[in-house]
Amino acid sequence: MDDLRQKYLDAIAGAGDEAALEDIRVAAVGKKGEVALAMRSLGKMTPEERKVEGPKLNALKDEINAALAAKKEALADAALDERLKTEWLDVTLPGRPRPAGTVHPVSQVTEEVTTIFADMGFSVAEGPQIETDWHNFDALNIPPHHPARQEFDTFYMHREEGDDRPPHVLRTHTSPVQIRAMLDQGAPIRVIAPGRVYRSDYDQTHTPMFHQVEGLAIDRDISMANLKWTLEEFCRAFFEVDEVELRFRASHFPFTEPSAEVDLRCSWEGGKLHVGEGDDWMEILGSGMVHPKVLEAAGVDANEWQGFAFGIGIDRLAMLKYGIPDLRAFFDSDLRWLKHYGFSALDMPTMRGGLSR
Amino acid sequence: MKFTLSWLKDHLDTTASVDEIAEALTDLGLEVEGIENPLATLEKFTLGKVKHAEQHPDADRLRVCIVETDEGDKQIVCGAPNAREGITVVIAKPGDYVPGIDVTLSVGKIRGVESHGMMASERELELSDEHTGIIELPSGEVGESFADWLAKNQPEKVDPVIEIAITPNRPDALGVRGIARDLAARGLGTLKPMKEAHVEGTFPCPINVTIDEDTREHGCEVFMGRLIRGVKNGPSPEWLQQRLKAIGLRPISALVDVTNFFTYDMNRPLHVFDADKIRGNLRVHRTKGGETLVGLDEKEYTFPEGAVVISDDEEIESIAGIMGGLRTGCTEETTNVFLEAAVWDPIQIAKTGRALKINSDARYRNERGIDPAFNAPGLELATQMILELCGGEPSEVVQAGAVPDTDRAYKLDTDRVQSLVGMDIPAEEQRRTLEALGFRLEGDMAHVPSWRPDVQGEADLVEEVARVASLTKLVGKPLARLHVGVPKPVLTPMQKRENMARRTVAALGYNEAVTYSFIDKASAELFGGGSDATMLENPISSEMSHMRPDLLPGLLQAAARNQARGFMDLALFEVGPAFDGGEPEDSQLQIGGLLVGATAPRDPYGSRRPVDIYDAKADAEAVLSAIGAPARQMIQRNAPAWWHPGRSGQISLGPKNVLATFGELHPKVLERMGVKGPAVAFTIWPERVPFPKAKGATRPALTASDLQPVERDFAFVVDADVEALTLVNAAQGADKKLIESVRVFDEFHGPKAEAQMGAGKKSLAITVRLQPSDKTLTDAEIEAVSQKIVDKVAKATSGVLRG
Repeated sequence: MDDLRQKYLDAIAGAGDEAALEDIRVAAVGKKGEVALAMRSLGKMTPEERKVEGPKLNALKDEINAALAAKKEALADAALDERLKTEWLDVTLPGRPRPAGTVHPVSQVTEEVTTIFADMGFSVAEGPQIETDWHNFDALNIPPHHPARQEFDTFYMHREEGDDRPPHVLRTHTSPVQIRAMLDQGAPIRVIAPGRVYRSDYDQTHTPMFHQVEGLAIDRDISMANLKWTLEEFCRAFFEVDEVELRFRASHFPFTEPSAEVDLRCSWEGGKLHVGEGDDWMEILGSGMVHPKVLEAAGVDANEWQGFAFGIGIDRLAMLKYGIPDLRAFFDSDLRWLKHYGFSALDMPTMRGGLSR
Repeated sequence: MKFTLSWLKDHLDTTASVDEIAEALTDLGLEVEGIENPLATLEKFTLGKVKHAEQHPDADRLRVCIVETDEGDKQIVCGAPNAREGITVVIAKPGDYVPGIDVTLSVGKIRGVESHGMMASERELELSDEHTGIIELPSGEVGESFADWLAKNQPEKVDPVIEIAITPNRPDALGVRGIARDLAARGLGTLKPMKEAHVEGTFPCPINVTIDEDTREHGCEVFMGRLIRGVKNGPSPEWLQQRLKAIGLRPISALVDVTNFFTYDMNRPLHVFDADKIRGNLRVHRTKGGETLVGLDEKEYTFPEGAVVISDDEEIESIAGIMGGLRTGCTEETTNVFLEAAVWDPIQIAKTGRALKINSDARYRNERGIDPAFNAPGLELATQMILELCGGEPSEVVQAGAVPDTDRAYKLDTDRVQSLVGMDIPAEEQRRTLEALGFRLEGDMAHVPSWRPDVQGEADLVEEVARVASLTKLVGKPLARLHVGVPKPVLTPMQKRENMARRTVAALGYNEAVTYSFIDKASAELFGGGSDATMLENPISSEMSHMRPDLLPGLLQAAARNQARGFMDLALFEVGPAFDGGEPEDSQLQIGGLLVGATAPRDPYGSRRPVDIYDAKADAEAVLSAIGAPARQMIQRNAPAWWHPGRSGQISLGPKNVLATFGELHPKVLERMGVKGPAVAFTIWPERVPFPKAKGATRPALTASDLQPVERDFAFVVDADVEALTLVNAAQGADKKLIESVRVFDEFHGPKAEAQMGAGKKSLAITVRLQPSDKTLTDAEIEAVSQKIVDKVAKATSGVLRG
């Protein structure tokens, strides 16, 4: 029996393919194979002999079957290896092209600003871009023929002959949204209003359309000191730095009193903006306490309510934060520019994850 | 507004440096835009003395000089005719930058002789245009700084010039005195007493002045004038010319220069007529319209109706408060002059100035409002100066109208600075500030000075106090949250929708553009716009004349620009307003997407293919889905004219509410816009998508059957113009309970299809997914549903199963 065992184990080890292995299986453990024949011979044995030989034969059968299975798997593995060797692809070829879109810096920065102010309880107000003369000027304490009007380089809409209303304007600032929001919601109120504004000016640093965000907070006891804190917090969050320093300078806007231009401490070391350090001051926005006449025009009792307003250039914020050099390129839609300065669709500014990557 | 330091010092007694003054001005709200300080560029030049001068051995016009300097004797070659022994000169040494010739000196050899520097002329140091010789000083020690010498001996030549921006509320700061007053209030010196003059007239003024009744209101408040006879006009004295030149004004003649002096010194514009050219008397009145006048700028102006002018007995001679007339202007020959000082209505000035498009200095000042109380004193001071400079004999003053009473007072609530601004300033300091600015305090009532038309209420008093105290002292104070705890979301559903749409389109591979809201008329017309209602009255160019009726023309123009740069495959989008009228409510939010060229760059896998309408449709549907549009939408074919009539569709809810349009752009539109196709696009109106009625975040429970779904494919032969959706809807309707979905998976059309199935035919193949809910389907049941599908499709489309 040991001969038998050795004979087949050797044969299995030497089998070159599955067919040879099958032949061995038939010859060894097939119905008419040697092991089966040997099994049959058990019948002729005495019960004592059978008790000894039976288990031996069963063990031999199992051993051969196991050897067959192992060899079969080894042969299959070898065949697979052989096939895989032929299935070579050039992995240095490019992946299938997948377009990557971008979000414009103006949209991105608008969301950043909105995110910060939302955290401070400011909601987002909106207003039309073709605006009435009253909302854009009169209600903001800029009466007709006042020299302040001339400083706006206003675009006027065409008026049909016979229509004697003052011509509508393309809003020259987001401030008329203050009026609309107060007329709509009354006081107290905290809103920001981002959006397109228009002035008839086109040169290196001006485009006839640009973007502003207006801020307005009205309550019973809001002071200019609250304005300063709010702007400090905003700048700190927006520029993603630990410290900022703002400087308020007296100025004049017809719709605020007192009015202040706000400068931000910075340095331009190495041609790069560093906020919160250095000896330079950069003018970043105009602000002030809402003029009583503006409150009254918007139906808010100036004896009871007071608060602040400010206006910031969104495009300018984008230029400063992201180092974008030329305002005019914002509106040129040059694909290279859009891809270079644009943001991924999933770059959503949040307070928990930060505003920028 | 420009002024010099020495001019400022006429009014302000101060020892403050230019830098201190500049910083204070900016902080006070008089923002410094520039400082020209000649001393800064002259600092390094020192005085020297020529010890010896001899002819250059090799050049007739050059001299070789030995000059004593603070660094010892130097040899300097000089070409100036006055370079000679014994004179005191100004030395520029090698290494020094000489501004007038824009050169940094080095040791040079001039015709073989070494020269260690130069002796400068006034022009070379930008002190004047003088260049006939080098500077020869009457005094000074060797080694002394030239800047110091100038400051001591000729301060007018090194007078720093400061330019500030004046906000429209501060006409008083358009005069040097107003600026000095602000600085004095800040504590940078003492305001000098106001000069006063009273010149008694020696004869009645032969020219009378009247104001028409209809011109008294909103026209001319007061008009004063007097004749000065026997003057001798000519160049004004050096000091006056120097003053005017320093701030960029051209000296003209003594008479005109006097008026300019008071304009800048006190913001008191004046006018001088050549009295001999005035025929009869002067009358202030309104124009009828159509009259003309040649102004001092030698241009002819035609008046609108109602402008305020000054006429003599024959015709208009002056545009009141804006510009004098050429005919009666003063010349060198003028011997009798009529001096005018008047107070005009600022609004009237602004209207007339705008109508005539004149931006004169007088208009600028008069429309901001000049100090009416200074009208008579100004006239007296100017008379005195004319008499000093030109001689002559003054008449009595004639006057029409009356000086308006501007007296008004507001309550000074000293707590208000704390409550409004948040600064703690002692009450006494507040009162002192206001008094320094010219307010008169009676108890707690502050009377506003006549030169401050901008102060109109209590808040203005607070502003003045805070401004003078300096807002830099303001310390931020936290703004309390409106709600304690986690901040609530603030965006409206529509704002969230806009953001979601934007980021969805970007995620689909489009690059967001921001294009101008105005476009050219021709482009607007192609997209259903270009009406007069959407036209700008004063566009910046013809390329930006009309509000855009749609986002696509702007995107197509952007595509054309990019194609010109060699980028042919584009996916651009924009989110923004489109305008269908000229009223505030005439705008809608749009999302416009444009695909041009191919879907992908060439690659080894054949990904590249031309964009087609199904790309645009898929993207439009993805965006609609992202913003929550209902799934069951109609597709209609009636897209507007800028779309390809056969290859465009409208996704709508019911026949009227179009949510989006998609398709190929009309080839003619592409041609006109200069875009090389193919180009497909979509326009979405997110505001038209209804908001779901259900509130709350809970979703319906998932119903997922354990039973095996069954898919069956059907191919139908239908007429070529049968739309897939008709067939799909018919199949879907065969058993609404059992049929989970119907999808088109093949369309076989064109000549080959017609060859097989007959002319005008095509094949559409659908796969239908059946989902049983209570028991596994039997073959008989599947067969029954299949037959119903075939019947329904046949009824709806006359289609038959393809054999």
